Amino acid sequence: MATEGLGLEMTELRLGLPGGGGGEKKEKKRVLLDILGGDDGGGGKNRNTGVAVGWPPVCSYRKRAIIKMYVKVSMDGAPFLRKIDINGFKGYSDFIRALENLFGLGDECEYTPIYEDKDGDWMLVGDVPWEMFTETCKRLRMKKRV
Amino acid sequence: MFPEEVLEHVFSFLNSHTDRNTASLVCKSWYEMERWCRKRVFIGNCYAVNPRVVIRRFPEVKSVELKGKPHFADFNLVPEGWGGYVYPWIVEIARAYPWLEEIRLKRMVVTDECLEIVAKSFRNFRVLVLESCEGFSTDGLAAVAANCRNLRVLDLRECEVEELSGHWLSHFPDSFTSLESLNMACLGSEVSFSALERLVARSPNLKTLRLNRTVPIEKLSTLLQRAPQLVDFGTGAYSAEIRQDVYSRLADAFSRSKNLKSLSGFWDVTPAYLPAIYSVCSQLTSLNLSYAATRSPDLTKIVSQCYNLQRLVVLDYIEDTGLNTVSMSCKDLRELVVFPSDPFVGEVDVLLTEQGLVSVSQGCSKLQSVLYFCHQMSNSALISISKNRPNLTCFRLCIIEPRVPDYVTHEPLDVGFGSIVENCKQLTRLSMSGLLTDRVFEYIGTHAKNLDMLSIAFAGDSDLGLHHVLSGCDSLRKLEIRDCPFGDKALLANASKLEKMRSLWMSSCLVSFGACKLLGQKMPGLNVEVIDERENVNSLPEYVPVEKVYIYRTVSGQRFDTPDFVRIMGKDKDDLFSDKGLKVAVLFCSNFGTFRPCCCTRSRSL
Repeated sequence: MATEGLGLEMTELRLGLPGGGGGEKKEKKRVLLDILGGDDGGGGKNRNTGVAVGWPPVCSYRKRAIIKMYVKVSMDGAPFLRKIDINGFKGYSDFIRALENLFGLGDECEYTPIYEDKDGDWMLVGDVPWEMFTETCKRLRMKKRV
Repeated sequence: MFPEEVLEHVFSFLNSHTDRNTASLVCKSWYEMERWCRKRVFIGNCYAVNPRVVIRRFPEVKSVELKGKPHFADFNLVPEGWGGYVYPWIVEIARAYPWLEEIRLKRMVVTDECLEIVAKSFRNFRVLVLESCEGFSTDGLAAVAANCRNLRVLDLRECEVEELSGHWLSHFPDSFTSLESLNMACLGSEVSFSALERLVARSPNLKTLRLNRTVPIEKLSTLLQRAPQLVDFGTGAYSAEIRQDVYSRLADAFSRSKNLKSLSGFWDVTPAYLPAIYSVCSQLTSLNLSYAATRSPDLTKIVSQCYNLQRLVVLDYIEDTGLNTVSMSCKDLRELVVFPSDPFVGEVDVLLTEQGLVSVSQGCSKLQSVLYFCHQMSNSALISISKNRPNLTCFRLCIIEPRVPDYVTHEPLDVGFGSIVENCKQLTRLSMSGLLTDRVFEYIGTHAKNLDMLSIAFAGDSDLGLHHVLSGCDSLRKLEIRDCPFGDKALLANASKLEKMRSLWMSSCLVSFGACKLLGQKMPGLNVEVIDERENVNSLPEYVPVEKVYIYRTVSGQRFDTPDFVRIMGKDKDDLFSDKGLKVAVLFCSNFGTFRPCCCTRSRSL
């Protein structure tokens, strides 16, 4: 079991927490911070379900085919909510079109789609990669443009 | 010394790539002989070598197999635009191998233009297999259908295809009768049923037919009647209003399919139609019900009749009771795959536990390969499994909640997985989950001497874990790690090991920019790709951990098709000779079995 090192143990490489003096902005979903921060090991206290992208390792093809992810969609001014399966779309363009059809909205869209993520924050639809969006979106709202 | 003809004849019996590679290293004349008669080339990483180098070495190739993106791309960990473009390969092989017959690609970006080149360049083209590929549309498929007169196999497995129309299938000319295998299961658009029926009817050698979801259940009997010689059949959406005439015709058609050995498809199942397949159950060696959202009793009734089953892929709806039936009925089972029906939901209302896997390991003596998703596991279950089935070669366990301990003792699952690697001496592939400390890696480094591929997530305590694996696993070629506290020390201390592996993936770990740069500088035989999408990435200090790093050995130097979020570290001329006086000394060319000391240069000729 040879450990063919390069004598680099002598080189000083400091390891620090991400953002240590580098002015790094707060990351939204850094599971790494969970590991370095308040991880109390032992029990299953760090419930990561849905926070880590790509976990559990089910490929996107299968996710789209079998897993239904119905989320509620509200629209400002509408008397009742709708539900849409966000796993049933390949990307944002299909999805936005379906949202517009759901509420009978035309081309001149007075509504901006926003969504509530797992942290409880309201985000603009379209910023993150599609797959990440499907894994973190809890509910949607069609917000009327002011 | 044998004459060339004798050697060539002997080599014709060497079919595995490893055997051929080994034979080519014996001496110069064997190397020469072998390269002229190698017909099939397998490139496990498309960036490990240049197409021209391959073509120069192997001039008489009939079959090319390439893989592109790393495995974790399946779980969206590789951002779009990373790479894996097959176009440069297609252009070169189209020029060099006009008599090429087969192309197999996995996780690559394939454009319509690529498919058009393939369609027009190879007069005797026979086999096209695209697995988990993307970038093409149904227009590309139409070009293949229209031009490949001798096509035998068109196999699209889990590809992302832009669906412009279902007309592509109609481009197969009426004179086209050589089809043996058609897998269009991943396509969403409807094809003309009459075109499909005519195609099936004029393909006497058709053995595999996997339909897509849009082919309705009422039409299945027609197709089965047209192709009684079918061995592998994938249904479309298996649902409709319950109609006696449709059911009877379907059941009758299945009962006449005496050659059927493999069934799949079954999207949107209406359970009442499932008994139609009962007559073929005892013939089946492979059954994939993993898209059938139907409950345990229906599934159990089916598997209880599959006495000859070797491969079962199913959802966790089968539950422990269903797996218990499998353990009693499917005595020839070699491979078990259980997918989760609802992995993102917290509550569990499906009764599938570790017990199901334990029963199968007890009852199925030929079981070699397992992929199992569940919510709980215990060390004692893992120990039982390892003692029941020391012949396991592939063990992939995914406990859905990260870092979950043994649910009985609340201890880490180190001892359980340790038992797996200790007892299953032929284990070549392992994926772990649950609460795991550095100890499990010590067991792995000590015992898993045949391990070829290892996948780790949310595990370990320190660099020691990674060090055990890299220093102990002699056969390791592919290592993929996410969300583990592994960092620079273990990586740099085992740098030379990385040249003996195909690739290493680490994401959300503690590997710093500085270490990646150092590794890239010291090891010219490796590409150290930092994949980092943060906006301020260029201003981050060197000790900050990277988001993702993908390290792979290569003889073709750095690639030049990278997007802006990928940086190939340590290859700039300025970096090569830094103040600390670090210079590269030895280049190990493992392909040629010789040590060649030379200076590090960017371009390398072979």
